[in-house]
Amino acid sequence: MALNKEQMARRIARELKDGYYVNLGIGIPTLVANYVPQGMNVVFQSENGILGMGPFPYEGEEDADLINAGKQTVTLLPGSSIFDSSTSFAMIRGQHVQLTVLGGMEVADNGDIANWKIPGKMVKGMGGAMDLVASADNIIVCMMHANKAGESKLLKKCTLPLTGVKCVKKVVTDLGVFDITPDGFNLLERAPGVTVDEIRAKTEGRLVVDGEVPEMVV
Amino acid sequence: MNKIVANADAALEGIQDNMTLMVGGFGLCGIPEKSIAALVRKGVKGLTCISNNAGVDDFGLGLLLQTRQIRRMISSYVGENAEFERQLLSGELEVELVPQGTLAERCRAGGAGIPAFFTPAGYGTEVAEGKETREFDGKMYVLENWLRADFALVKAWKGDRFGNLVYKRTARNFNPMMAMAGKITVAEVEEIVEPGELDPDEIHTPGIFVNRIFRGEGYEKRIEQRTVRSRA
Repeated sequence: MALNKEQMARRIARELKDGYYVNLGIGIPTLVANYVPQGMNVVFQSENGILGMGPFPYEGEEDADLINAGKQTVTLLPGSSIFDSSTSFAMIRGQHVQLTVLGGMEVADNGDIANWKIPGKMVKGMGGAMDLVASADNIIVCMMHANKAGESKLLKKCTLPLTGVKCVKKVVTDLGVFDITPDGFNLLERAPGVTVDEIRAKTEGRLVVDGEVPEMVV
Repeated sequence: MNKIVANADAALEGIQDNMTLMVGGFGLCGIPEKSIAALVRKGVKGLTCISNNAGVDDFGLGLLLQTRQIRRMISSYVGENAEFERQLLSGELEVELVPQGTLAERCRAGGAGIPAFFTPAGYGTEVAEGKETREFDGKMYVLENWLRADFALVKAWKGDRFGNLVYKRTARNFNPMMAMAGKITVAEVEEIVEPGELDPDEIHTPGIFVNRIFRGEGYEKRIEQRTVRSRA
């Protein structure tokens, strides 16, 4: 069985470490905040100017002046801070944020990522994604393994305009977990019941399968 | 010293067709609602607007798109506005999409007298096309130029007649950098206080960057994505 969104988020949460400052992108990455292991201290950064972002407010307590980068109403945790956009991206480009999790349209086996533009179709803009991928030490891309037409999103070379080059370190899809290595996508774990052959068939980029690949514990 | 003006219309005195404006805010959070409404009333056209976003169809900068007053936008994300997309695809509107951190820093640089800087964002992408690139300590960077504006329109929470400003929560966002980068900076605030009431240690934008300040009444502060959790 392929992983659902919650299971993908839970798997990514296992990459968190105590003391990490983490930036989560819009969509499935946002869910990672729900699965921080108990007792672990992780501080979430939102690039519109928050460190120490908390959960959504209780109904009736929404504050129009307190939103996250997805423009959703949020809260602040004790010890949080607020800053301007320039300071926020100083944290990001200056590599003070240890982990970035974001969605992707395509990832290439050399770590290139495309996730901001479909020429002629989607002209929304890159937001903070280019700054985030250009700088973070550790970038995890969280996405479906194939697009709606069933075509692989793990490619030899991205076909869409790039967001960043040779920057992605790890990819978590609904089918498995992959490290980006000089030899391509190194399959670390399979989703429960998903075979190596199925993953191979759905991966257009170079795939490295090193011995027995364990099934993920979800 | 007294930078207080009566209202938004007085604050925008001197804005003409084809000028470049910076407009603070992130999404609809921290936008200068009253100055935008005054721009619609004023009817100036051919504007270049530097703003992280383009509002939504019927609020924020979307109001100036409806009236076709904007010719060019410099933004990082414009995904919430269908009219924007329509004007862009039809060629009525020009847009320069800029990585968000680069946009913030270009404004800051404009206000700080730094004509250009190197950033890693966008290296190897179409954002870097035609721009100088250089290697520093084994990594590649792209040269980006400052941004400056004829007018910067910002929104703060409190201010005084010296132009000192304090922002509230994430309504701060791009406002402080834009306040620095306007030839004329107009600040609208929810509350004007007496000089001395704002703790000097806690002022976000020192008054030197602000030319005109006025109090706006009845802020709408529209929420784009109202997300809540249930009380367990």
